[in-house]
Amino acid sequence: METNTAATQTVDNGVNVEALMGAREALTEAPAAAQFTWRATSNWINGTHTRSSVKGFHGLGENQSHRTEFTFDSDHPEVFASEDIGATPVEYVLVGLAGCLTAGIASVAQNRAIQLRKVTATLEGKMDLQGILGIDKDVRNGFDDVTIRFDIDADATPEEIEALVAQSQKRSAVFDIITNPTQVTVQVGG
Amino acid sequence: MERSMSPFRNGTARIGLRMRRKARDIDVIIIGAGHAGLAMSAQLSRCQVDHVVLEAGDIGQRWRRERWDSLSLLTPNWTLDLPGQPYAGQDPDGYMHKDVLADYLEGYAQHIKAPVKRDTRVHRVCAAGARYCVTTTQGEWYCRAVVLATGAYAEPNVPKIARSLPASVCQVTARDYRRAEDLPAGKVLVVGGSATGLQFAQELNAAGREVILSVGEHVRMPRQVAERDVYWWLMRSGVFWETAAEVDDLTRARGVPSPQLVGQRGTDLNLDRLQHQGVEIVGRFAGISNGDAQFSGNLPHLCKSADLKMQRLLKRFAETVPHALSARDLEFTPTDLARPRLAARLGDEINVVLWATGFRPDYSWLDLDVFDDKGRLQHDGGVVRAPGIYALGLPLMRRRASTFIAGTAADTQALTVHLRGYLETFAQRFAVGA
Repeated sequence: METNTAATQTVDNGVNVEALMGAREALTEAPAAAQFTWRATSNWINGTHTRSSVKGFHGLGENQSHRTEFTFDSDHPEVFASEDIGATPVEYVLVGLAGCLTAGIASVAQNRAIQLRKVTATLEGKMDLQGILGIDKDVRNGFDDVTIRFDIDADATPEEIEALVAQSQKRSAVFDIITNPTQVTVQVGG
Repeated sequence: MERSMSPFRNGTARIGLRMRRKARDIDVIIIGAGHAGLAMSAQLSRCQVDHVVLEAGDIGQRWRRERWDSLSLLTPNWTLDLPGQPYAGQDPDGYMHKDVLADYLEGYAQHIKAPVKRDTRVHRVCAAGARYCVTTTQGEWYCRAVVLATGAYAEPNVPKIARSLPASVCQVTARDYRRAEDLPAGKVLVVGGSATGLQFAQELNAAGREVILSVGEHVRMPRQVAERDVYWWLMRSGVFWETAAEVDDLTRARGVPSPQLVGQRGTDLNLDRLQHQGVEIVGRFAGISNGDAQFSGNLPHLCKSADLKMQRLLKRFAETVPHALSARDLEFTPTDLARPRLAARLGDEINVVLWATGFRPDYSWLDLDVFDDKGRLQHDGGVVRAPGIYALGLPLMRRRASTFIAGTAADTQALTVHLRGYLETFAQRFAVGA
């Protein structure tokens, strides 16, 4: 990985690159500690409204915890005859993608000594409702196209910014989750 | 086991066999008589180091018998600079056909009088005190040093997913594919975005076959820049000679696939071109679900990355060779693929899967504690952890040039210096010990 120590001191995107690099080195030596499990729980409230929360996760060989519990209300909009108490679940997917890629951009920029001033992402997920409504079996339920547009103000050339965004995709968990198949097991408790 | 089964249990016959099969002793054994093993032999002969080259079959046999008919080298002939024999043929700008290369290596072996033992397959290399015992189909050898010159491209890499394909799909590897006519009828899924995969896709498409090409991370490269071969630029700019220490993230760099090139003068090979010819391009073969091959949706990202890297490379050429290139020479059309499909039916639609997913070395016969937890040979610039063991021809072993014939002279020279030092200490220790 490239580092530019002299310039890193003056560039501050609020990312602790030394810690990330240290973790990379440490976890190369101890692959077992690199095994993480992320967790969420949810409770149905009413109608299409569900409240989910995250707090604990597992990694670095032991149980870990966020500083506080985060909760998320999901619901459907009024055009679906719902109460619109929260974002739709598919919007959370877009939120996850934006958060993941942007965090990556900040980290890579810090590592490449690029000062960021503004990073704006605009996302669209296109979906044909004939899928989930069971109107046409040839239409998939999920997004059939996701686009994300980044507008970035930074001390860098347009090529450097393109490379920054490309590297962020290369290392993004959510980008991988969306673009590649994932095993999903659904069980029903007794 | 062998003893009780032997027909020569008693009498002169057994003694005769024993005498014939008596273990031989030599300073250095080179395993493999390809370009690397032969080049090492030339270096050792020059320094009068006693050695032998053990070859499982015949010189250059992997080129002759384990590659497809149409294959030519990706590097132009003028780069085929072997120790003691620079290229002196009539076609310096051509790309040598694999069979011609095998003959060329045969000629090189004769020219340098390489002590090659043919049809001598190595079964095992193990420690024997301070020396090594090399067991072959032609008996045992003992030696002080071993040079592993069997290459980085011994066995085809086939991903685990191959085991999940339905039996109705015919699977062929890059080692076994010879020509389009040999494949069973039906649509072919070529898996792999390297030179191999793209060459297969182009060849099958030209033969009138329906082809889907599955592409993951890949390296786009022009055949020529400003009418010179890209390898001229790679060498001139120093990229080709970059050392392992100079490269960011060496582990990653060692796994990068071969650039999308074909050994044909002035001919570019890239995804846009293949799409234009009628090949369907899809993302990485990522999974199988209900009999469908699933392709990753990250292809636009990987194409963009490949374009960015190519742009950087061209820029570097321009920076390191001043005034040689105009802004126009650096221009190229960005990859522009049709929206790729994410799935295709295995068996019904795809009848043949051609794995162009790379090659790996085979050191299964190397019975020494010299591998990492992923089974990769551990070495520092070709100097293996076990004293007296050396490797050749591995990706970015000492330099980017290490897997090329053009890089062999420098690597074998450096390892010869190390090896001679080792033999000297060995001799001193042996004298003190005795």
